[in-house]
Amino acid sequence: MPFIPHTDTDVAEMLAVIGAPSIDALFEEIPAELRIHSLPGIPEALTEMQVGRLMQARALRDGRPLNFIGAGAYEHHIPAAVWAIVTRGEFYSAYTPYQAEASQGTLQLLYEYQTMMASLTGMQVSNASLYDGASALAEACLMSVRAHRRSTSRRILVPAAVNPTYLQVARAIAGGQKLNFEVIPYEPGVGTTTTAALEKYRGQDITAVVIQQPNFFGLLEDVDALTDWGHANGAQVIAVVNPLSLAILKPPGEWGAKGVDIVVGEGQPLGVPLSSGGPYFGFMTARMEHVRQMPGRIIGRTVDLDGKPGYTLTLQAREQHIRRSKATSNICTNQGLLVTAATIHMSLLGAAGFERVAAACQIQTRSLVAALTKIKGVKLAFGGPRFHEAVLQLDREVAGVLEALAQRGIVGGYDLSRAYPELGNALLVCATETRTDEDVAAYEAALRQVMT
Amino acid sequence: MATIPPNLKYLDSHEWVRVESDGTVTVGISDHAQSALGDLVFVEVPEVGKSLAKGAAAAVVESVKAASDVYSPLTGAVLASNGALAGAPELVNTDPYGEGWLFKLKPSNNGELAQLLDAAAYEKVVAEAH
Amino acid sequence: MTESLIFQHSRAGRSATGQYPQAGEADVPEGLRRTRRPALPEVSELQAVRHFTRLSQLNFSIDTQFYPLGSCTMKYNPRACNAFAMLPEFLGRHPLAPASVGQGFLACMYELQDMLKEVTGMKGVSLTPMAGAQGEFAGVAMIQAYHRARGDLARTQIIVPDAAHGTNPATATMCGCTVIEIPSLPNGDIDLEALQGAVGPQTAGIMLTNPSTLGVFERRIKQVAQIVHDAGGLLYYDGANLNAILGKVRPGDMGFDVIHMNLHKTFSTPHGGGGPGSGAVGVGQRLLPFMPIPVVGRDGERYRWLDERDLPQTIGRLSAFMGNAGVLLRAYIYMRMLGRAGMQRVAEYSSLNANYLLAKLRQAGFDAAYPQRRASHEFILTMKRQARDLGINAMDFAKRLLDYGFHAPTTYFPLLVPECLLIEPTETEAKQELDGFVDALIAIQREAEQDPAKVKGAPYTLPVRRLDDVRAAKQLNLVYDPTRI
Repeated sequence: MPFIPHTDTDVAEMLAVIGAPSIDALFEEIPAELRIHSLPGIPEALTEMQVGRLMQARALRDGRPLNFIGAGAYEHHIPAAVWAIVTRGEFYSAYTPYQAEASQGTLQLLYEYQTMMASLTGMQVSNASLYDGASALAEACLMSVRAHRRSTSRRILVPAAVNPTYLQVARAIAGGQKLNFEVIPYEPGVGTTTTAALEKYRGQDITAVVIQQPNFFGLLEDVDALTDWGHANGAQVIAVVNPLSLAILKPPGEWGAKGVDIVVGEGQPLGVPLSSGGPYFGFMTARMEHVRQMPGRIIGRTVDLDGKPGYTLTLQAREQHIRRSKATSNICTNQGLLVTAATIHMSLLGAAGFERVAAACQIQTRSLVAALTKIKGVKLAFGGPRFHEAVLQLDREVAGVLEALAQRGIVGGYDLSRAYPELGNALLVCATETRTDEDVAAYEAALRQVMT
Repeated sequence: MATIPPNLKYLDSHEWVRVESDGTVTVGISDHAQSALGDLVFVEVPEVGKSLAKGAAAAVVESVKAASDVYSPLTGAVLASNGALAGAPELVNTDPYGEGWLFKLKPSNNGELAQLLDAAAYEKVVAEAH
Repeated sequence: MTESLIFQHSRAGRSATGQYPQAGEADVPEGLRRTRRPALPEVSELQAVRHFTRLSQLNFSIDTQFYPLGSCTMKYNPRACNAFAMLPEFLGRHPLAPASVGQGFLACMYELQDMLKEVTGMKGVSLTPMAGAQGEFAGVAMIQAYHRARGDLARTQIIVPDAAHGTNPATATMCGCTVIEIPSLPNGDIDLEALQGAVGPQTAGIMLTNPSTLGVFERRIKQVAQIVHDAGGLLYYDGANLNAILGKVRPGDMGFDVIHMNLHKTFSTPHGGGGPGSGAVGVGQRLLPFMPIPVVGRDGERYRWLDERDLPQTIGRLSAFMGNAGVLLRAYIYMRMLGRAGMQRVAEYSSLNANYLLAKLRQAGFDAAYPQRRASHEFILTMKRQARDLGINAMDFAKRLLDYGFHAPTTYFPLLVPECLLIEPTETEAKQELDGFVDALIAIQREAEQDPAKVKGAPYTLPVRRLDDVRAAKQLNLVYDPTRI
């Protein structure tokens, strides 16, 4: 019996203590007409060896194509030490640190994480994670409604160059509380957002303005001008950022004259593998004055009975298990294990390591763009400064090209034509530090084949 | 045993009300309430000038184990809020009827005063809570 | 035994980055360039490894201690689940890669959907919600979408028993509903009269778990379902306690229209120090069109993702990609290893362990909150008597248990029972572990009678003594500042 330790003797002794004739008798309170006695649709058990073979076979079927997609999840080298430590049983099988004295490892680690994220983003306080970048943006919008005393409109301005899935998720999660999201077009041919596009909202009651840096196209926005516009118009400013890019880009705490109010983003680039889509983690940092409106768990440093420093969950009265229907959010479980990975990853790389990685990503993407645009029928859509992604426009449908590339062992990029039909046959490509010059050459060769 | 000053009025949600000589009222939470909450760590008071309807959530008192709404006992406008609580929320615990006051209101409907509980009636509410 | 912070090990210029090739210069316009480095650690690889390994050793975990946290289902997390979920092909796959190079992964997801439908008696499953609370959100949002699609806009109330987990009313509010609380009877069942009085044309639905958070089975669940359905509302099942009924009774058969499952509870994915979880949702026929996307579909032999085009009435996306894939793979592997017979044994042995523990503790003189009921997979003890007579409360017992090498049970939840300990042993614990736990509680009771100050001051043997929560909330210290003590 996998994982069940009971012997027949154990069972007999235990039933005797309970005073029940059989295990089945323990279920006597369930109405007989509801009882089921088998699960015919569940297959027979597999041994560990058998399930291992099954999973190996399925994994082999999918193989390891060369990856050139970004679009919100990025392949980076993760030092072996990170997951060796993360999968230690004491981290892996621990629970939420409600009994602080028994969880000082997790709690201290989260305090260190909060410190790193606050500094990375240039803000004063961080929570201990949300589910992912998209839901973090939804939570940030809800938070800005709570935090903004004067605005009652619940209108949030979102540039079209923000990850379109993030907007979908924000609508799905925050729509129930009557938030209105209005999309701000980007400058055609340029791909970035200008304050001119915001001008029609001047003087209106706007609760928050969202700025993504780099934007979904990989391009660098004029964050100072956009932030200042938001504040001048009485709105809160929410930044959505790639944490790796903050190694070389000005952090949101320094955007414009005052810095932004809330920062969110996808933490996956920090030590979390692509993993077919998750688990990842969302991070959120903010100004100290907003701390009581922050959803999610927060760790604080305090002292114990002997005056020794220790760490504990704090500000819990905001959370669901206490405040119930008036909680800042319904979030309970978050993404603790991934934050553990990120904290170890950030410690191994340090600021210097991050700078190297970020620079390498930029250089490899530049090489990729140069190589692919040499091919007839492939051109660069937007020429401005970018981080590690670029939009290419093809002379034919992207879906067919991607399928042909996949058959050649290359996952070539993300098809933008559904979300941005105005861009035509557009493809978002990405090359991180993990894509070597040989990889780039392989992509070029394969694409040449496909495009002839 | 919780203190219940006889000269004040009360709500069964544990707010107290003191009618001042100039017709304004001062509002706080009772000794029973502060004791149930435990050490307060934060108090959110209403903005001066805000209009409150009777029964509307006016303030929030937060301890480690609970965050409770404080309801406005009367309809009116907020005249003042206790700024001292920002740095010293524990005043609500140590002196709930004095220095731990939360806010002052200019009531707009004097008929509502009669609907408040007197000390004897509030004493019954507290006794039933145990 | 205090660990320094990683920042305190830092020295300017030290780094572990020797592993990274020195690339060229980054190319960023001056106005957008970062000018001051972030305060990340500057340590060697060994320093980092040593620091975080030592931190891990400060934790209690299932791998190291019995962890009877009620409502959390702290069962063993099989290592095989981790090993196979972390095969490099699954780990390296981008979520947006074409389905043609993801058929192996998608097969696992599709089969997981099917198995979850089978054990819950539901007609459709979406794996996307990333935690129980997100699953609850999806469930309530689907209920609202259903009513709206029928033009019934008056249904804005969600009924929740007073014993419910805090996420339930918090979720209802997040969806823009108002919460109507109904009382539980002294025997732990829902007050049917109160329910009858609470339902009406404004009822969107009711959120329940069965067995309830009180650790007992709601025996009149069919009547509850009837009352709510007759009033036009739908039933939502909080699957937190699925471990008690797996293979014995199915929420779909009880009349529930939508459920969420906590894969990190019932299906043994790791708790990770606070996540990641997974809150897959199951729906009955009525709610199939509204499921959150994406869902795995099959055209003949090919698997693919179903999205807005296939489910035009979907409540939408709850995550950027498809949910916590790695968690889902672990749940899939676990279910394949348990198989048909193994799945039925989960409820049998988790209930056996809970009832055994309850019987032994009652025999030892402890007070059960619902002594006349069978335990489900968990039960509640109340320390009300000890608090009144000895001044030793549930929190004190919990802290002293840590000194005996056991993680404490859940304390002060559900809120209805004063001074409560909610105890859930799970099926993966051996009898001798349970006996050791009983012995520890008996010993602490004796200490409470003879030397209460000792219990009050616990724990003594952990890295820290009891922590000052009030100070933590009043003097907020949420980030390390080297200039501040």
